[in-house]
Amino acid sequence: MTTDELKNLKANQTVDARGTACPGPLLAAKKAIGDIESGEIMEILSSDEGTKHDIPKWCQKMEHEFLGIVEEDSYSRLFLKKA
Amino acid sequence: MGIDFEKQLEELKKKVGKLEKGRKDKMTLVVFSGDMDKLLAAMIIATGATAMDMEVKLFFTFWATAALRDPKKNVKGKNLISKMFGFILPKGAKKVKLSKMQMGGMGKAMLEGLMKKKGIASLEDMFKTAGELGVEINVCEMSMNLMGFKKEELIDYPKMNICGVGTFLADAEESKIQLFI
Repeated sequence: MTTDELKNLKANQTVDARGTACPGPLLAAKKAIGDIESGEIMEILSSDEGTKHDIPKWCQKMEHEFLGIVEEDSYSRLFLKKA
Repeated sequence: MGIDFEKQLEELKKKVGKLEKGRKDKMTLVVFSGDMDKLLAAMIIATGATAMDMEVKLFFTFWATAALRDPKKNVKGKNLISKMFGFILPKGAKKVKLSKMQMGGMGKAMLEGLMKKKGIASLEDMFKTAGELGVEINVCEMSMNLMGFKKEELIDYPKMNICGVGTFLADAEESKIQLFI
């Protein structure tokens, strides 16, 4: 997905993990994914650099579809579609 | 003859498919070190692995067992050597030392300050999180016995057992990942 497409995407669930370090964002994502249905979109906000590598790997393992990253000034927005 | 083989193959495929579906990946760690930094690494890997949908078992042995002591709990009836061990070894996760740069507690205090600033969970918090995530802690009975620790002085933790090396080996054998920390 392109950055513009991602920016227009409406997430069903937003997880704000800003300010937490590894493994905080990953654990927050795991916790929140249970609250949405298959096919729904989740957005993770993280200020931790490592999360940008971790979440795609996590999606691969859990078979969720990783949609992409939108960079903001001091954090990143990571989008995925639940399997 | 040929038909029979095909039939059997189909049946086996079905069976394997069922097994694969219900199987969860497992990870087993030996947590040996009583150093704060190493314990922190072990707990980060353990909690992270639950997010990766793994079943996690930690085998606490030797110096690491001291980190499981609850500073609020006191046990009576220990002999002199056990009392000495109990006095010398750190009483709980808050008291464990760094493997490097401890500097009489100054290094540790500095690191803890930094961790707080950078949003890194403390070791105590990691134990709490691990408990909530279903991480199992198995404590080596022999180490407890050697150091004179009693079950009654350990932290309240949801899934904790006192066991021997056999439990670790059985768990490790079924695990995709085994680490010694």
